[in-house]
Amino acid sequence: MINLCINGLLVKVPKGTTILDAAKKLNFKIPVLCHHDDLCVAGNCRVCVVEQLGGKALLAACATPVAEGMQILTNSLKVRTARKHVIELLLSEHNADCTKCYKNGNCELQDLSNEFSVGDHIFLDLIHHKEYTIDKFSSSIQKDDSKCIRCQRCVRTCEQLQGVNALCVAFKGSEQKISTFMNHSMAEVICTNCGQCVNRCPTGALVERNYLDDVWDAITNPELHVVVQTAPAVRVGLGEDLGIPPGERVTGKMVAALKRLGFDSVLDTDFTADLTIMEEGTELLTRLKQALVHKDKNVALPMTTSCSPGWVKFVEHTFPEFLPNVSTCKSPQQMFGALAKTYYAEKRGLDPAKVVSVSIMPCTAKKYEADRPEMRSSGYKDVDFVLTTRELARMIRQAGVDFKRLKEDKFDRLMGSSSGAGVIFGVTGGVMEAALRTAYEIVTGREVPFENLNITPVRGFEGIKQASVVIEGCKEEWKFLEGVELKCAVAHGLSNAREVMQAVKDGTIDVHFIEIMACPGGCLGGGGQPIPTNQKIREKRAAAIYEEDMDLSIRKSHENPEIIQIYKEFLGEPLGHKSHELLHTHYRERPRY
Amino acid sequence: MKNIPIKRVDLIFEEVTCREMVQKVFKTDPDEILQQILDSGLKGRGGAGFPTGMKWKFAADEPSNEKYIICNADEGEPGTFKDRQILSDVPEKVFCGMAIASRVIGATMGYIYLRGEYKFLLPLLDEKLIIFHELMKEMNQDFHIKIRLGSGAYICGEESALFESIEGKRGEPRNKPPYPTTSGLFGKPTCINNVETLVHTVMILKYGPEHFRELGTKDSRGSKVFSVSGDTPKAGIFELELGMSVSDFVDEFGDGDTKSVQVGGASGFCVPRKKFEETIIGFEGVPTGGSMKLFNSSRSMYNVLHNYLDFFTEESCGQCTPCRVGCQQLLKGIEAVKKGEKNSRYLDELVKLASTMKIASKCGLGQSVGNAFSSIVENFREEIIY
Repeated sequence: MINLCINGLLVKVPKGTTILDAAKKLNFKIPVLCHHDDLCVAGNCRVCVVEQLGGKALLAACATPVAEGMQILTNSLKVRTARKHVIELLLSEHNADCTKCYKNGNCELQDLSNEFSVGDHIFLDLIHHKEYTIDKFSSSIQKDDSKCIRCQRCVRTCEQLQGVNALCVAFKGSEQKISTFMNHSMAEVICTNCGQCVNRCPTGALVERNYLDDVWDAITNPELHVVVQTAPAVRVGLGEDLGIPPGERVTGKMVAALKRLGFDSVLDTDFTADLTIMEEGTELLTRLKQALVHKDKNVALPMTTSCSPGWVKFVEHTFPEFLPNVSTCKSPQQMFGALAKTYYAEKRGLDPAKVVSVSIMPCTAKKYEADRPEMRSSGYKDVDFVLTTRELARMIRQAGVDFKRLKEDKFDRLMGSSSGAGVIFGVTGGVMEAALRTAYEIVTGREVPFENLNITPVRGFEGIKQASVVIEGCKEEWKFLEGVELKCAVAHGLSNAREVMQAVKDGTIDVHFIEIMACPGGCLGGGGQPIPTNQKIREKRAAAIYEEDMDLSIRKSHENPEIIQIYKEFLGEPLGHKSHELLHTHYRERPRY
Repeated sequence: MKNIPIKRVDLIFEEVTCREMVQKVFKTDPDEILQQILDSGLKGRGGAGFPTGMKWKFAADEPSNEKYIICNADEGEPGTFKDRQILSDVPEKVFCGMAIASRVIGATMGYIYLRGEYKFLLPLLDEKLIIFHELMKEMNQDFHIKIRLGSGAYICGEESALFESIEGKRGEPRNKPPYPTTSGLFGKPTCINNVETLVHTVMILKYGPEHFRELGTKDSRGSKVFSVSGDTPKAGIFELELGMSVSDFVDEFGDGDTKSVQVGGASGFCVPRKKFEETIIGFEGVPTGGSMKLFNSSRSMYNVLHNYLDFFTEESCGQCTPCRVGCQQLLKGIEAVKKGEKNSRYLDELVKLASTMKIASKCGLGQSVGNAFSSIVENFREEIIY
């Protein structure tokens, strides 16, 4: 333990603790900008500088470990002057047209400027004579360099957390900027659209492409029937942007709010999550059968999930040799979209051309996914507009809906009911757990042998999890699986995805099925979720998701009555003709930069 | 403060048989070598002046079986050109210095980080390295030197940015601590010395630490190679005993009309005529990596300062706020004052900003921009305004 003194108060902290964390322990808040709990230390914004008695230079509190006997001042004249200078300098090169900014009101620089600078503008304006164009080419992410403060959170996110390296630092000195390969647009580079950079950007330099006006236009057009689907992770995050503490489920309030916004039908992506399990589970069993019974050496195993569009684009760029391994199932969002304009329209007697399908996602990559040319199997654009959790919160605020006091409501029928298995799609390991609950029961006729159906080995936040289940007592048609140890792996965050795929490539991991989610923690930590998102908040959201699962009476996808109904009335059987047409897709190799 | 009259020395460029020196080094106990370097009082010749013996000791004390010795030959400070001369004239002595350091700290691998613009030295260095490596082999010594070329960024002369560059990354300074001797190149204990420092260690071992200590002052032992340029009839490279006053220096090198001397390059200090007498060139006065630029009365100090700020605005790595934006503000600021867009009191704001840059920047680059700025503005305020 190290003893030190901060602002005259003694504190004892473990070796290696930063001055920032030691001060936190004494309830002294030191402002930060480049620091983020999820990321490695940068120490480059210099907002967090503190004074060490007897020291010449100030120290970056986020980057400096404590030392025995240190005497630190966090609010001395020297510190205040330097901090104010740093903030003024940042503002002098920042496009501070706050009222025109999408992040107005949720900007860390704005907050600091409010606290420290009080509109003095000591220095010259360095920004307004420069010309900047906003990169709006990507379906998901919008990049505006004029708002960038070069804290490099995005670069560290892209490089270390996600291992994608789409964003990098280019040039030096006054020309220094956050760029991409050859300064191409975000749409033309290796970017997976995961939006983790957007979630960490302290200003409005990186934001999601927003489609609020398009959705309002559709809602207010009486000729159009607007259906909305909501992803599982939205209901455990949305509250945070509407004044409710993290970890609180707001499913009923969210449904009530969506109805008040004027959507014609409020439905659930969890329904198609259940459908995904039926399709993907069957696909896995089919592949296993080909491998084990027909001894087909060309069958692509291990099979990986395909629900995460960030992961799908990542594998297209980075491991194209594994494209056959990726499940051909569309993501729940796209399955929903394809069915909304076919099955749903048919049942409701609607002209599919007049149906607008909107999805609320914790994700920015879903915007890109919806724009993929393959995603038009209904004959129309399957999903018209994708909004993030944050955009929905904004719509709710715009509409003046008092979210906290809303009475809970229920999803509409027809593609609105789900099982607990569908709900846990929102957390890392959830798809695996849901798939095992169904696949095991299909094969053996018995429930998966875990207490309360909770398959705990695939739960938790470890980067790569592995688990296995021995299949015993198979039904006649699945006899070839008797005694087989079904081995699976779960990875979340693209750095872990890269690691697990590299292990597959090197032959150092032996599994049949891999669940991969592009974002840390799975969808609940998605790029479209409320800001801030960090490990503590992810854990709270995960706990909420598992509570939601436990609360539902049906917890296995194949028992969802609407699933049984849709196969009976429309799809026929999993992997059947209609399924192939509407629910499955294909992938393509993309360049490696 | 008593100053030492100007005195030429010839140690750095003295011919030394590398073979003999290396043989002597590998026969001597590492602790004994270290003691001699410590006793000599040698301080780093790159400009920062950290005691070389201490640096070696820290690196030697680290328990690691993988350590590195790096020769910093990224001589980028404006007005410095002595390392280039040392490397072209006595490269063997540089290798020998690295071998000495490797012996003391226990490194088996050394790197020379050569300034990109010095690429022309590469064939010569490669040729001499072959001979050196043969000598190592002959003596059964496991020490190897590799050369890495910079790509023209001034910041890569900063030690931790230099490591990043060798590692193949963008040259951006790291946070300290950890210091290089604990975690440097590839995260291993690393000792990084300037070209001239390494050559000095060879001469200290040759003539003994007492010989070195006899030269210079208490705070600035030994001699130093100076790169003299500007308004002088005697531009060039001169090895001089440390501890002379600026006025002695100007008497020797000035053109009779010297208005100021910029000691230590763009990141150094401007000494005006009225302070020539009282200012000692050395660590007790104005430290220098070797750059000595003389300006006579025909020069505008505004132009001099503008030139330096222009340089820093371009050469800051851009990573930390005080340096990236501060340099631009200082540059645009003096322009605005000159044009009358800002009144002269704005200079005081800029001086305060320069002080912030000095204490709040991440690395030595940003921390030293204020040196030139403050010393020029303080002494030549009228020239900046009018």
